[in-house]
Amino acid sequence: MKKHKSIPESNFNHFNLLSEELVFSVLDWLNDNPLDRKSFSLVCKSFYVIESRHRKTLKPLRPEHLTKVLNRYPYVTNLDLSLCPRITDSSLAVISNARKEMLRSIDLSRSKFFTHAGLSNLFMNCGNLVEVNLSNATDLKDLAASAIAEAKNLERLWLVRCKCVTDIGIGCIAVGCRKLRLLSLKWCLGVGDLGVGLIAVKCKEIRSLDLSYLPITNKCLPSILKLQYLEDLALEGCFGIDDDSLAALKPGCKSLETLDMSSCQNVSHVGLSSLTSSTGCLRQLILAYGSPVTLALADSLQKLSMLQSIKLDGCEVTCSGLKAIGNWCISLRELSLSKCLEVTDEGLSSLVTKHRDLRKLDITCCRKITHVSIAHITNSCTSLTSLRMESCTLVSAEAFVLIGQRCQFIEELDLTDNEINDEGLKSISRCSRLSLLKLGICLNITDEGLIHIGMCCSKLKELDLYRSAGITDSGILAIGRGCAGLEMINISYCKDITDRSLISLSKCSKLNTLESRGCPLITSLGLAAIAVGCKQLNKLDIKKCHNIDDAGMIPLAHFSQNLRQINLSYTSVTDVGLLSLASVSCLQSMTILHLEGLTPSGLAAALLACGGLTKVKLQVSFKCLLPQALFEHLEARGCLFQWRDKVLQAELDPKCWKLQSNDVEPWY
Amino acid sequence: MDPDERLGANTWTKSSSSGRDALKHLSPDNQSFTNFSSQQQKWEDSSFLDYRARIEQQFSEFGCPSENLSSVALGANIRTKNQGDKDNRMGETSEANNIRDWDPRGILNNLSFLEQKIHQLQDLVHLISGRRGQSASQSNELLVQQQQLITADLTSIIVQLISTAGSLLPSVKHTLSSVSPPVTQLGLFGGSMIPSGTGLDNGGRVVESNVKKVEDPSNEIDLIGNTGIEQNYVVEEHEFKDEDDADEGENLPPGSYEILQLEKDEILAPHTHFCTICGKGFKRDANLRMHMRGHGDEYKTPAALAKPNKESTSEPTLIKRYSCPFVGCKRNKDHKKFQPLKTILCVKNHYKRTHCDKSYTCSRCHTKKFSVIADLKTHEKHCGRDKWLCSCGTTFSRKDKLFGHIALFQGHTPAIPLDESKGSAGSSDGGQNNELVNKVEQIDFNVQSNAPIGRGFQNAIDGKGSVDDPASYFSPLNFDPSNLSGFHEFPRPLFEDSESSFSFLLSGSSEYSQKPGR
Repeated sequence: MKKHKSIPESNFNHFNLLSEELVFSVLDWLNDNPLDRKSFSLVCKSFYVIESRHRKTLKPLRPEHLTKVLNRYPYVTNLDLSLCPRITDSSLAVISNARKEMLRSIDLSRSKFFTHAGLSNLFMNCGNLVEVNLSNATDLKDLAASAIAEAKNLERLWLVRCKCVTDIGIGCIAVGCRKLRLLSLKWCLGVGDLGVGLIAVKCKEIRSLDLSYLPITNKCLPSILKLQYLEDLALEGCFGIDDDSLAALKPGCKSLETLDMSSCQNVSHVGLSSLTSSTGCLRQLILAYGSPVTLALADSLQKLSMLQSIKLDGCEVTCSGLKAIGNWCISLRELSLSKCLEVTDEGLSSLVTKHRDLRKLDITCCRKITHVSIAHITNSCTSLTSLRMESCTLVSAEAFVLIGQRCQFIEELDLTDNEINDEGLKSISRCSRLSLLKLGICLNITDEGLIHIGMCCSKLKELDLYRSAGITDSGILAIGRGCAGLEMINISYCKDITDRSLISLSKCSKLNTLESRGCPLITSLGLAAIAVGCKQLNKLDIKKCHNIDDAGMIPLAHFSQNLRQINLSYTSVTDVGLLSLASVSCLQSMTILHLEGLTPSGLAAALLACGGLTKVKLQVSFKCLLPQALFEHLEARGCLFQWRDKVLQAELDPKCWKLQSNDVEPWY
Repeated sequence: MDPDERLGANTWTKSSSSGRDALKHLSPDNQSFTNFSSQQQKWEDSSFLDYRARIEQQFSEFGCPSENLSSVALGANIRTKNQGDKDNRMGETSEANNIRDWDPRGILNNLSFLEQKIHQLQDLVHLISGRRGQSASQSNELLVQQQQLITADLTSIIVQLISTAGSLLPSVKHTLSSVSPPVTQLGLFGGSMIPSGTGLDNGGRVVESNVKKVEDPSNEIDLIGNTGIEQNYVVEEHEFKDEDDADEGENLPPGSYEILQLEKDEILAPHTHFCTICGKGFKRDANLRMHMRGHGDEYKTPAALAKPNKESTSEPTLIKRYSCPFVGCKRNKDHKKFQPLKTILCVKNHYKRTHCDKSYTCSRCHTKKFSVIADLKTHEKHCGRDKWLCSCGTTFSRKDKLFGHIALFQGHTPAIPLDESKGSAGSSDGGQNNELVNKVEQIDFNVQSNAPIGRGFQNAIDGKGSVDDPASYFSPLNFDPSNLSGFHEFPRPLFEDSESSFSFLLSGSSEYSQKPGR
């Protein structure tokens, strides 16, 4: 940004020497931060024009200015309206008239208030649409589906949770959109065998098909597996599919690479064995929450010669099953045994010693394993890049030292709720590629360990210190100094953290998420520093930071123009602070419970002034204090209200939290 | 109340355009679309109810996607209705199958029939050989046909001979009699031929009278009645199952039966009496009997010329199968996989169903068309229950049938049921409401009363009695974030539209101008 400003603005000749193509190729690199492009366009008039002509994708925050925005950017082909809660038929008419054949992609997945008439208009005018996302349009019926069928060039279509669409509507789409390559019908509960079968008959180009949670049965499977190019098939939670149907699928789909059969309760190893004999190219298999991982199951999958990744989350796992997986002749790259409570040291050890190429391993909540497993993992899988082992409570502190010593390539490490101590952290700091580190509820770590991380792991993007009460300012200071690329940090309930930490973190200019619940020492001053330094902040949670008041809100409102989500519960913010947030035009979600200084009239004014709100969590007492007409008006604007009647709870002791951790998810 | 005054012109265009969208969507037919829009002008002065009614009418017309139909539909319906009434009894058409009543005396008749047949064949061969000498330019195809005919005749004669000889042996008697049912000439008229008629004008009556004719031989009545019912049943079956499949099970070796082929005119003529030898049809039985004389001397006896008598003897005769005159049809004898038709009724129904226009339209749905009235009658019994509709106008009683149909044909697509499109017309009104809300949002915030913005809101608050003083309501909030400082990098279109209504509360000097420490 500063570089551009250093160029003298008055001298237009220099810029005129640059051809548009050259500037375009510069602009091609400005994709990381939306603010960069804004700054670029503000340099001079010609830059403004060039930037307008260069832009292909647009993600507007509010639909009101669509006409102007579309005029300014004449070459936009991809329109993402997922931040606009309220898109009416007239908005769609504006888009379709302004873009006509140019529009190639539109995302309406979070929008409401449009009907089949608007869609029909859109698809009639924009014949070159290739990608459409209509997920969550729960009111759309078959008539809208038949409007989609007008989009003859459509290749990718998401209809997730379009519950009112039935076989008839899907049939229309199948006949109309012959070029479909990707179709997601997840949660389209009205769609059954007939609609899906017709898709398989008519849309021969399909590569990716998501049929999760559809009430489909064996009848439509044969035609699906005849799809010549099908690579990715999701059948999660399809209870109607059973072994018999899979047994009938001997001549299966040769091109299939990814198969998701999670939560298919009626599929056992019998069905899987027949499936695997017919799908030779399978690379990824997801069988989470399915039949028990026994010897028979492992043997039935043995024939998959291309398999690289298998997810068995939440399955009952036997030792013999794991050993049999270890005896497969292939070498797995990815293995997930998350929530498999039966995993033992013996099974896991024999598995990992055979699959030495393992890159990603998830053993979350494998509560029976000890440092023996970790020793085997670190010994054989030295190229591991991701290790997730939340709540492996029996693993002793020494085991974590091994991770740092042997797995130098690790990038993601989830150690939430573990016994790791500063020695372990010091060892882990050798993993210089680390970008995600989760240390929530690790009560044995202190600043000493964290300083090592801050000094060595300069690529860290995400750091979670939730309820790691041993952390204070000096630890965070090291992080702020060493990890300039930090994007997310959670310091909730680290009670000793003060404004110094926040001021230090304000140097991380890419920070987009800050959660600092229950840090009573933080004041408005620290928040102001964050607001000024971290322009990309979009999620802020300062619940129970009692010392933050209106003085913190005003700089926030002024500088954090990308703020989307804020939680202000239990802070000292009043009407004024809340109302000032109205100048953050992106603000969509607000949680405002137990604000002492908030009056009904102030709340009403703030709600009216924040025009982009889509979700507001409020104390139920306000419901009767404000006129019903106000809520109706806001709901018509696209805002949802969630009413809470929570009484003020006393803060629990961190140790007590730790003891409960067996049955409580530490992440809300 | 005048709707124009009430809703305003703007709303009208909105609603009409949304309606237009819905219609456009329902039917891409441009012609009807222009019709529709030409009516639109009239709406301006028509009442609101009228508008609704028209919409519904339009919808119901668009329900039948075959466009040529919709325009003629009404006229055609009246026609079919009349015909429907006239032909009420078509479904009751009674047909008796061949009466399998074997008599040894028939052998004699058989032999004489064979003799005649040989004579005929002789003549035919003579004729052909003569012609062949005349013109060498005769088409190959014809030659082949002739050869086939001769071969078929010869084989049939042989088969007949064997069967006649075989019937003398008691052991094979029973099986053979069931395979080749002997029929007397007269029994033939009374049995299979007469009721097979499906006359268009007075078919019902004719059948009735025929039944009366047969009534005298008392023991036959039941039989005819029963077979009649059976036949009816078969006709109903045809509604769902093409007759092509009906006799799939029959596997007569080629040549084991005689092939008759009626001409198109014969098939479509409203005849009820057909010659069993050549297939020619007649309106009256008497004429048929006169015709039969031409087939040989045995038909010239007074007994044969008399009215059909049930007690007349039956004779074993050649199995007759029929060929469809339509060249290229599977039921045509020249087809490679020729499948003969069993009876003349089958011929008639097959020909009408497969090779004729479907001229009978259902008076209820105005979509389904039939070429056989009996099919129409059967359909009308079920019409209305077929809720699964294809864009081609075909309706199905079962969803899987519709999807099978769509999977089979290119370009066919499921049609949205009318009630939903109507319902969605309502929902597009909902969209209109949204527009209204939008307008309200932009012009004045007011959900209940018509007062302008600020006051409207305050009124609403006052109504609840939760605010003491409307004037001081926002007074502690004299705060304008846009005046906060000069740091704005971009001119934010803050409070530009919907919020503009609240600019009154955001004006004034900023009390919070302190700048945050960097």
